[in-house]
Amino acid sequence: MDRDAVFAHLKSAAVEVLGVEESAVTEDARFKDDLDADSLDLVEFVMALEEKLDITVPEEDLEGVETIGQALDLIAGKVAAKA
Amino acid sequence: MSTTATAGRTSLRTDRTRVAITGMGVKSPAGNDLASFWSNILAAESKAAPWTLVDPDALPVKFGCEVKDFDPTEYLNVKEARRQDRVAQLGFGAAVDAAKQAGELGADPARCAVVVGTGVGGLITLETQIKLFAEKGADRVSPFLVPMMMTNATAGLVSIQFGWTGPSLCITTACAAGTNAIGEAGRLIREGSADVVLAGGVETAITPTAISAFARMGALSARNDEPTLASRPFDAGRDGFVMGEGAAFLVLEEWDRAEARGATILGELLGYGRNCDAHHIMAPSPGGAGAVACMTAALDDAGVDLGRVNHVNAHGTSTPLNDAAESEAISKVFGGRTPPVTSIKGVTGHLIGAAGAVEAVAVLLSLREGKVPPVANYETPDPEIHADIVHGEARDISEGVALSNSFGFGGHNASLVLGLG
Repeated sequence: MDRDAVFAHLKSAAVEVLGVEESAVTEDARFKDDLDADSLDLVEFVMALEEKLDITVPEEDLEGVETIGQALDLIAGKVAAKA
Repeated sequence: MSTTATAGRTSLRTDRTRVAITGMGVKSPAGNDLASFWSNILAAESKAAPWTLVDPDALPVKFGCEVKDFDPTEYLNVKEARRQDRVAQLGFGAAVDAAKQAGELGADPARCAVVVGTGVGGLITLETQIKLFAEKGADRVSPFLVPMMMTNATAGLVSIQFGWTGPSLCITTACAAGTNAIGEAGRLIREGSADVVLAGGVETAITPTAISAFARMGALSARNDEPTLASRPFDAGRDGFVMGEGAAFLVLEEWDRAEARGATILGELLGYGRNCDAHHIMAPSPGGAGAVACMTAALDDAGVDLGRVNHVNAHGTSTPLNDAAESEAISKVFGGRTPPVTSIKGVTGHLIGAAGAVEAVAVLLSLREGKVPPVANYETPDPEIHADIVHGEARDISEGVALSNSFGFGGHNASLVLGLG
């Protein structure tokens, strides 16, 4: 799965879990300031992706993740590691 | 000065703060707005149908009364709605509707309170998450499980969304909870702790485990082949209750302020009684002794003549035990000749902790319309039931007050006396 395909999953998870418009889900978008998502929202968002992509993201990996782009890097890395 | 059952119950009490009802909201199997709710309970046709919220195939009882066509995002944004169990979604919808009907309250938020009754709170969330934990482990458990499952979630949600900082309470007295919530809310106003209270009951205990448990207990009607005939309060052929879900809220308001702001006053909370059988965790006390004392306490609290009671909205669950004990109790309270007695559970099923609140709405609509809805599916009189059960068609009633009962596992009894004010 390439980065664009992973990004598509991120977008749909953000729409579903965070209740935001798809157009707001850009790589620069900040969870807290742009998507009104707090740390628990981020946990739930990542849980949805773990479920969809059959990956595991330890909670400590989420430290320092502030933007969609950073989350994309993290998730894409887990998907690549699985393959 | 308090009156007693034998002397002095002659007039409405005037020695204390009066409690007005200025708003009502309902989400129920019989409708999600007051007009459709009223026409459906008047039509007395059961809303029981095969389960859609759970898979009926795996369950011993394959039907119940669900709330249909409810969209939580009419009341909460998508993200807020996701963070609430269905029970709080339904409750919040009913609370918003009630507040809307009450109009511009103009009250100090610190003087505004919330009291919510529920039997179990967010059971659907709890059961789903327990299953997830068992199948996939701790990492898949939602960080929102606790705030979604806790019984007080609806009370917290309503207070937060309305920005009300006064008392916010949750009452958990099983099937009496909705009535207790309204009664205790009235007391908050009477004692001066609040000027306005959103009070109600909420329940959605429709999960495979809960349905199995109620069925195993023998509490549910087993008429899988004819669901619409299953809930038949006071009928000789009754064989258990039909599980339902729903929510209702009332806006209670200190009478003088409601009048002063020009509110439309829909009714008055005149009296409240509550006690406990202290007898058995599930069965009512012999001869309905606890219920007699509870109804008598509510009527004493209201200070009304027995002759002023124009109908009783019974707990009337359609279980053999409840309906026999309750009708005996009503008969004792009224000295043999009962006022017209109804139960809307033939239509709505039993909404557990929401029942008393939904029924308080039914009572107020009955008082306003001068009509008592008939009991659905009442066909064959039970020789053990000596009460004037309204059946066939609605009964016209003259001006007066009504008594509404709720009784819960644990032996909790609660009764309200409501009038038009």
